[in-house]
Amino acid sequence: MIAFLRRRPGLLPLLLLAPAIAWLVAFYVYPAIQMLQASLWSGTLETGFAFSWANAVTYSTALGRYSDQFLRSILYAAVSTVVCLALAFPLAYTIAYRAGRYRTLLLFIVIAPFFTSFLLRVLAWKTVLADDGFLLGPLKSIGVLPEEFRILATPVAVIFGISYNFFPFMVLPIYVSLEKIDRRLVEAAKDLYAGPIRAFQRITLPLALPGVFAGSLLVFIPAMGDFVNAELLGSVQTRLIGNVIQSRFLVNNDYPTAAALSFMLMAGILTAVFIYARVLGTDELETGIG
Amino acid sequence: MLRWLGRNALRAYTGLALVYLLLPIFIVALFSFNDPVGKTNYTWVGFTLDHWANLFAIPGLLDSVVISIRIAFISTLIATTLGTLAALALVRYQFRGRPATSLFIFLPLATPEIILGASLLTLFVAIGKPPFFPLNEFTILIAHITFNISYVIVTVRARLAGFDRRLEEASADLGADGWQTFWRVTFPLILPGIGAAGLLAFSLSIDDFVITNFTAGRTTTFPMFVWGSARIGVPPQVNAIGTIFFVVAVSAVAIGSFLQRRRA
Repeated sequence: MIAFLRRRPGLLPLLLLAPAIAWLVAFYVYPAIQMLQASLWSGTLETGFAFSWANAVTYSTALGRYSDQFLRSILYAAVSTVVCLALAFPLAYTIAYRAGRYRTLLLFIVIAPFFTSFLLRVLAWKTVLADDGFLLGPLKSIGVLPEEFRILATPVAVIFGISYNFFPFMVLPIYVSLEKIDRRLVEAAKDLYAGPIRAFQRITLPLALPGVFAGSLLVFIPAMGDFVNAELLGSVQTRLIGNVIQSRFLVNNDYPTAAALSFMLMAGILTAVFIYARVLGTDELETGIG
Repeated sequence: MLRWLGRNALRAYTGLALVYLLLPIFIVALFSFNDPVGKTNYTWVGFTLDHWANLFAIPGLLDSVVISIRIAFISTLIATTLGTLAALALVRYQFRGRPATSLFIFLPLATPEIILGASLLTLFVAIGKPPFFPLNEFTILIAHITFNISYVIVTVRARLAGFDRRLEEASADLGADGWQTFWRVTFPLILPGIGAAGLLAFSLSIDDFVITNFTAGRTTTFPMFVWGSARIGVPPQVNAIGTIFFVVAVSAVAIGSFLQRRRA
């Protein structure tokens, strides 16, 4: 085989790629096709499912029935992305330019939450934000907040949870793009009589934009599919499209509706990613992540 | 004056941001020492070491941890092997369709977990017979390998990008054939990258809840155990296990970076 490859060196990369690509085709692409098919099923798990194009009506029924949850997901994901961006930029800036020898430590702290269980982190916020927890409890007892004030079971809690969980995905790409900026450009701007604010606006911010874009995508996409934060920190009024998909699939065994909803969610997100990749190029996206 | 204010505001903000990042980790550890009244463990009652002494007194907890570690181990092994081979191909060779392949590998990372899980569930239901249905540990394993492959490729690739090709040319000049060059020069140099990717894959697998939730059936991994007990009240032992995972992961990263620094 080695001798054969020596004669046909062009085959080697394909051979190296084949197992991974075959796996992804079998368990990423094919399931997606399967899901498209399942969205056109009718029937139940007990009686078996039958495929028919006429079942396409499931899409419009599902969209009509769950449009609230869809819109809520878009809204919460968008707000979480903006919150993450506002919180992450100053932190990334500090790590890139002001941290000195603490840089590695700070970067490590940014990813430290990933070393604790995701569910336990969400539950920890439930403890902190509880109606009489150690954040709200003291504020209520000194009278700063009214007794009936609460964060848990409100949209604020869900958005807070989503923002917390995907926050590192925003910090890291922004940090990477800030760190790459040639600081002499800022000095040059200052030599040309730009103040620190103007230099930031005209040099640092535009050059950091690829990181901002990558980070926004990395927060927005998983936020669109969230159901854990909505379930553990929210209430019936904060149910997202993820909660609907989860319960349709796993509680009601209503595969057609769940598949149709998943497919609409996936199609929407992939369209956004393709447009994004066209504008930015995949390399930029990947450097943003790596 | 403005600059002084700016610098210190930034410093104060950074301090707050670090507290924000670390607070839940601290809470998880703290409440493993709590002595709660009743089933819920949300308010601080008093300090106790009981739950650490009786770590596996909760039925099913030990089993769930063992299952999680087993799945993480096997999925890391397979995903790291397949992913490393693919990353080598993508960095080292120019071929037609390379940008498209990169984009394709990136797609699973850009797909929300709920959709990866849901589509695999549909596949397994549609197949409808063993070993895929009813869902079991094997189906969880397939799911974990699937999401880990892309993470491994992206990680190893990022490390390979800074690789000095002249070292391989030097090896060839000294008469080594392709096989020898790979094992004696290339592989040792990319090993830290593979290690980092493996560590990432392991921690992603052991902590995965969303995709596992769709592909687990009755199999209870550690995150599934946490989810199941969240409704009735998470026992402090779960916090203790979470703390152990955290300490082990941080130590692994610390040892890894220490070893790498010593080699450099």
